[in-house]
Amino acid sequence: MPRRYCICRPTACRPTIKRSPALRIALFVACYNDTLFPATGIAVTRVLERLGHRVDFPLQQTCCGQMHYNTGYHREAVPLVRRFVEQFAEAEAVCVPSASCVAMMREHYAMIAEAEQDAALAAQVHALLPRVFEFSELLANRLGVEDCGAAFAHSVTYHPSCHSLRMLHVGEAPVKLLRAVRGLTLLELPEKEQCCGFGGTFAVKNADVSAAMLEAKDTCVLRTGAEVVTALDNSCLMQIYGGLHRAGSAIRTMHLAEILACAAAPAEALR
Amino acid sequence: MSVRVGKTAAAPSFPVAAKAALKNSQLRHNVHHATDVIRDKRALRVEEMPDWQALRGAAAAIKAHTLRHLDRYLVEFERNCTRAGGQVHWARDADEANAIAIRLIRGYSGEGPAEVIKVKTMTSDEVQMNAALEAAGITPYETDLADMIVQMGDDEPSHIVVPALHKNRREVRDLFREKMGRPELSDNPEDLTHAARTYLRDRFLNVRIGIGGANFAVAETGAVCVVESEGNGRMCVTLPEVLITLVGIEKVVPRFADLEVFLQLLPRSATGERMNPYNSLWTGVQAGDGPRIFHVILLDNGRTKMMADAMERETLQCIRCGACLNACPVYRETGGHAYGSIYSGPIGAILSPQLQGLEHSRSLPYASTLCGACYEVCPVKINIPEILIHLRGREVREDQRSLRALTSENLAMQAAALAFTSQRRYEAAQRLARMGQRLFQRGDELVKLPGMAGGWTKYRDLRAIPAQSFRDWWKQRGATPPTTTTTTTNTTGSEDA
Amino acid sequence: MSEQTPAQPSARDEILARIRTALGAGLPAELTSQKPTPEAAYRRTGQLNRVAVLDLFVDRLKDYDAEVLQVGDERGLAGALGDALNGARELCAVVAEGFPEAWLPMGFEFLRDGGLSGLLSIAALDSAQAVVTTCAVAIASTGTIVLVHGGTQGRRAATLLPDHHICLVRRGQVLELVPEALERLKADDPAPITTISGPSATSDIEMTRIRGVHGPRRLTVVLYGPAELEPVS
Repeated sequence: MPRRYCICRPTACRPTIKRSPALRIALFVACYNDTLFPATGIAVTRVLERLGHRVDFPLQQTCCGQMHYNTGYHREAVPLVRRFVEQFAEAEAVCVPSASCVAMMREHYAMIAEAEQDAALAAQVHALLPRVFEFSELLANRLGVEDCGAAFAHSVTYHPSCHSLRMLHVGEAPVKLLRAVRGLTLLELPEKEQCCGFGGTFAVKNADVSAAMLEAKDTCVLRTGAEVVTALDNSCLMQIYGGLHRAGSAIRTMHLAEILACAAAPAEALR
Repeated sequence: MSVRVGKTAAAPSFPVAAKAALKNSQLRHNVHHATDVIRDKRALRVEEMPDWQALRGAAAAIKAHTLRHLDRYLVEFERNCTRAGGQVHWARDADEANAIAIRLIRGYSGEGPAEVIKVKTMTSDEVQMNAALEAAGITPYETDLADMIVQMGDDEPSHIVVPALHKNRREVRDLFREKMGRPELSDNPEDLTHAARTYLRDRFLNVRIGIGGANFAVAETGAVCVVESEGNGRMCVTLPEVLITLVGIEKVVPRFADLEVFLQLLPRSATGERMNPYNSLWTGVQAGDGPRIFHVILLDNGRTKMMADAMERETLQCIRCGACLNACPVYRETGGHAYGSIYSGPIGAILSPQLQGLEHSRSLPYASTLCGACYEVCPVKINIPEILIHLRGREVREDQRSLRALTSENLAMQAAALAFTSQRRYEAAQRLARMGQRLFQRGDELVKLPGMAGGWTKYRDLRAIPAQSFRDWWKQRGATPPTTTTTTTNTTGSEDA
Repeated sequence: MSEQTPAQPSARDEILARIRTALGAGLPAELTSQKPTPEAAYRRTGQLNRVAVLDLFVDRLKDYDAEVLQVGDERGLAGALGDALNGARELCAVVAEGFPEAWLPMGFEFLRDGGLSGLLSIAALDSAQAVVTTCAVAIASTGTIVLVHGGTQGRRAATLLPDHHICLVRRGQVLELVPEALERLKADDPAPITTISGPSATSDIEMTRIRGVHGPRRLTVVLYGPAELEPVS
């Protein structure tokens, strides 16, 4: 069955977007978003362009190395660190719509360079990382934006992914962004700080426990009565969707960027 | 050297044990309830403390410093304890610790049957002291309510601080009815606790030898500190004539004043109390007050293996509060037995493999989603997620040097690494995946994936890989994006009608 | 210490050697006089005034199920002790040798423990209904009394076996924070120390907190004396 696209007409009212000086933003979309969740990358592009910035997408990008590194394949992650650092060295700002990837970079890239005893790589890492932002961080901290001119008249609950919560400390930024969306009803997720159970390869290496943790998370999601679950990581959303859909629920999962990209008459936004 | 951590060496792997635990709904209910209660209490008590983070920082610094100079602090402790009338012994491993304890007990009580009362110490479980004592004709009586419940049920502890948390009141009542000969007992916790009090009173008053552990050993003074709630600790360290204290070498703190930090962090972290009911601190032997003979057994049992690497050494900062267990979403679902070690939960996942050796407990470093909840609550700031990744790295490196390099996981990881190191290979891999998935595609979903990926589809639905990747879309729209956005395009989630 | 044969290193030698090798140290370093504890960023001095400290202490004691009696000064102690014992219908209490006679109410039996009377047997302590002691310091924020055993603070067994512990606390002994209180104890005093925060308790059965397991099931604190903080002795 072909995908249905929503064509969003421009809003009648002027969106109250705070304009920051136009930047060239390099997009590191993340390997799994590239392959499994292209809509997120598209949405990020739309939002940033709507805000008046220019988006670059270096095509040689592949993966940040987290899957290998976290699973214990440390040696294999090294070339991936090098690639990222080389490909984005000149970027004014790097946008990454994946909190877990940014956490990987901030927590481990310097350590990896040190373990390789590569002072040059370490220097490159230190020079680049201050310019690397997770998507909501970019909007809130770098671009100074809370209102993206979005409209999305549905009830939404927000799941704070562990990486964004405990490693990036994004704090209230995603919630503020959601609150500024016209027509959106934000519903608090009970026990929101509990891990969804994805955990990378954990989801398959410990599938039974992962499913048990997911059951707890999905029960909380269902309790909100929300139409949509959103988060900063599609890995969590993939997990949450997987359980909800298996249980017969019609709740949608959408990355934060996809909600913020909606700038339309609400009724048509979600078919 | 026979390093032993309880029955870790023989335990089934975590995924296997967890699967069994997940089927036990009574267990899961008990564990959910218990961890929720302590977690909430802890949160309340921590919120009251404006200097909580500063205390954590101080505790981590004290522990890290102590470990970096552990040899001199152990020597200082030994000197001061001895000067105050204590006798200090050193045990390289579990067998040696047990042999010393048995020798000391026999030296005092002669060759016939002997009895000892024990106050909670995980270290004695670690070396399986009870089994060794029984084999030598010595009967150990556990006096901690939970340890007594575990001992009576011929069971294993499932939590560091509340070892019988997997048992509900009816299960405890049934145990007590049988073992105490009290068929009339109700399942009311007050009645059960009172039954335990009566049952143990006689032992406390009459058994001449006590065995315990220590939460802290103060180098500056040679003092030993026991942190407890029930009063059985006070009984065991005060009333017997002979006291034997088994303590891991990492329990040393430099100065008496350091206790001001730990005594604030430990009760709030462990049981969500501002202060636990009793802390006992004594130095050597005190005439007219307490045991006239006091022995300390300093235990290595694998700890020195962890001293060389800074990250592994950090594991030894643990003060056994159990807060990480209560915060862990994995532990919450499985309980402690699934970890196959007396040290369970997040700390168990790093401590057991390091003490026992990676060749046992291989699955434990993977029993985590790396969510970081444990690190957030650890009073001594052990970066458990980082150490888990470190141990995973060690395991993979070892595997890759052996025949385990041929596992499907390693081969898949190597293939992925190949794909990720070249744009051309990466894009080819994307195309290959989109083609290959057709075998498993039903409509818009993927079903019954093979191999390890089957673990996903067993429990969760999975959308098929979209026909167009992000980079396909990007390439299609050309190098220069439109400067005005009169239309925006969104894709929604699934296609459910 | 451990035995050592000429050929085999002792366990002590081996363990210390392993540590030193692991840490990269050569010969054992001399202990320096340098303070290992970093500059304290946590609170070491309380902020509350004396009235607030004492109110907090009483509040926390009650929160942990201790009974609190308040009298003006020493002259009220005998009366308060009588009340505490009467309230529990107790007739017999243990006191340490040297406990001031003037503080003891009439109409009860007081067993002297220690000194010329000799130490009471375990059985005698067990059969006593109550024990009365003083304390060394008390901590308001946690509702804790600290006994440095000996003298009128009694020996450990005496404060453990009777079912009711009555502790006389001078208001001037109450500190707000844990570090302030511990600072007043002499690190080099070899006497054993017990900190007591409410009666004993367990939460081992279904996380239900049950008061009174093995230690005294009743704790009464009698507060007396002026509120000002006493100087360090």
